[in-house]
Amino acid sequence: MVINIIILIALVTAALWTAMTTRLLRSAVGLAITSAILSILIFRLASPIAAVFELSVCAGLIFAIFIISITVTQRVTPEAFETRKKERMTKFWPLPIIVIIAAVVLTQIHFQTTFNLPAQTTPNDVKIILWNLRHLDLLGQIVILLTGAFGVVILFKEWKNG
Amino acid sequence: MLSLFLLLPFLGIIALNLPVKGRRDAAAFLYTLSLSIGQAIVVLFNPGDFWAKPDFWGGFFNLGLYADNLTFVMLLSIGIVVSTAVCVGWQTISDHRQRLNFYNLVLIALIGMNGTVMLTDIFSLYVFLEVTAISSFILIAFHRDLNALEGAFKYIVLSALATVLMLTSIAALLLFSGGTSFAAVSAAVKSNSGNVIVIIAVSLFICGLFIKGGLVPFHGWLPAAYSAAPAAVSILLAGIVTKVAGIYVLIRLVRDVFGPISEISSVLMLVGTFSIIVGALAALKQDNFKKILAYSSISQVGYIVLGLGCGSPLGIAGAIFHLFNHSIFKSLLFVNSAAVEKQTGSTDITKMGGLGSRMPYSNATNLIAIFSTSGIPPMAGFWSKLVIIMALWQMGHFTYAAIAILVSVITLAYLLAIQRKVFFGILPQELKHIKEAGIWIVIPAVTLAIIIIGTGLCFPLLFKSFLMPVSSFFK
Repeated sequence: MVINIIILIALVTAALWTAMTTRLLRSAVGLAITSAILSILIFRLASPIAAVFELSVCAGLIFAIFIISITVTQRVTPEAFETRKKERMTKFWPLPIIVIIAAVVLTQIHFQTTFNLPAQTTPNDVKIILWNLRHLDLLGQIVILLTGAFGVVILFKEWKNG
Repeated sequence: MLSLFLLLPFLGIIALNLPVKGRRDAAAFLYTLSLSIGQAIVVLFNPGDFWAKPDFWGGFFNLGLYADNLTFVMLLSIGIVVSTAVCVGWQTISDHRQRLNFYNLVLIALIGMNGTVMLTDIFSLYVFLEVTAISSFILIAFHRDLNALEGAFKYIVLSALATVLMLTSIAALLLFSGGTSFAAVSAAVKSNSGNVIVIIAVSLFICGLFIKGGLVPFHGWLPAAYSAAPAAVSILLAGIVTKVAGIYVLIRLVRDVFGPISEISSVLMLVGTFSIIVGALAALKQDNFKKILAYSSISQVGYIVLGLGCGSPLGIAGAIFHLFNHSIFKSLLFVNSAAVEKQTGSTDITKMGGLGSRMPYSNATNLIAIFSTSGIPPMAGFWSKLVIIMALWQMGHFTYAAIAILVSVITLAYLLAIQRKVFFGILPQELKHIKEAGIWIVIPAVTLAIIIIGTGLCFPLLFKSFLMPVSSFFK
């Protein structure tokens, strides 16, 4: 239970950093970290398939898309950066307070789900899921990472040179 | 042996990027071309024992792939369109390094599309749709000019929206299903058919596919992406990528996984009809060769969805046949637009005229593609539209059938306008020096024209032996 709470705090901190950081690239990395922490939490809650999906979707695929998108953006001038940084801080300073209030409120409410969730038929081991059950996804994700690399080479490296 | 369709392109990417000296772009061209032609030949001659053979690496890398007749139609279309795009890419991209990058991305898109048509798991489906989509973003933005980046960006944004819808749907379906395989999801949907969450989940997934397929009202990204992309990429996108990512998946899921839901059928027919009308009317107003073809794609995809929504075996056979035909005739039209763009440096049809005398192959093959798109006998497109209209008539959807016939006339009008403004009339003085764009554009154009005529002439043979079994082969 204590570990879960520590993971939850880490999750919220990573999510806040993702939302509040002023650099797009840091924000994308923050999202990947948030996803990785969330995957750990889901795995600890005995839903390994959901954990693997979360890891593949956010930390893998969406991260690749964000990196590609960021490579086609342009860097702002230092003056514009400072102005935007200030604007951002003004906009987002209430966010941590809202998160803390929401956390306190949520702990007081006892949710009841009416779903009869289907019985889990998969083993509770990420290694088995990845290597024995989800071969095809693994291949797909390797290809996605390759595509991300090509995206950066084609859209970013040559652009920088030219 | 199905996994070879994924592993050979994958190994090709690794081999082509090893740091060795020499013309790697030429090697990449030959490898990608032989792989895609090989794929089409293997499917066409369909050696029965090839599919049944287990992978020679046994259970070490068991991908769990599956192929039925619908898969074969798609693998054939993918093979033909990719080989066409590979040839046109060789002719239209001059820089060696860019060519190598282009073929790498085509191989990635090939993995994405082949995977999508052979898998049997709704989450793997999502992964491979993303493989196809991400390679497409980069291909659209390949030349990094402003229009291309705008087209790619619109595609990224709407594709991300489709992704969110699909993932939400998968998450909701997992509340009822014990797994993500098609069989498990299908069983869960059938046993909870009246459940509101299931209906919302199915609707969200189908909305996501409407975006991927560029159907009205989710078509905003498509004209920008098709017209801004490099010529070879337009062929790939219009010919097969959106057909696999949107329309094939729609057919597969509606028939095999979600099952016949009457509300979904009505929505499909409505969206299909709107796409037919809006696409055709928008195409009438355009002066840009590629934009006309892009809007025409929206309209033709509408026919496929209309046939699917009809729900009868005849309607589905017509939809699948039109899907194949559309891949071929739209690829041919984009090959000819690539030829014209390469030689004149423009896609504005108001600035052209009389090119037919200087580009006889492009002229003749373009006319064949136009006749097929508009449904003129005996071209292949005539038969697929006829089957869809007959299916609509049989099921009592007379209004939809009448709209489908009427819009075919509009299709002929806007496509003949291209032919008249580009290939007929008086040749402007500044275009007197024009000649055919090159052998690697003429060969695919003539091949695609032969396929259109051949498929049209062999239709009676194909209908009972292949088309009807395709529609009823679903498990």
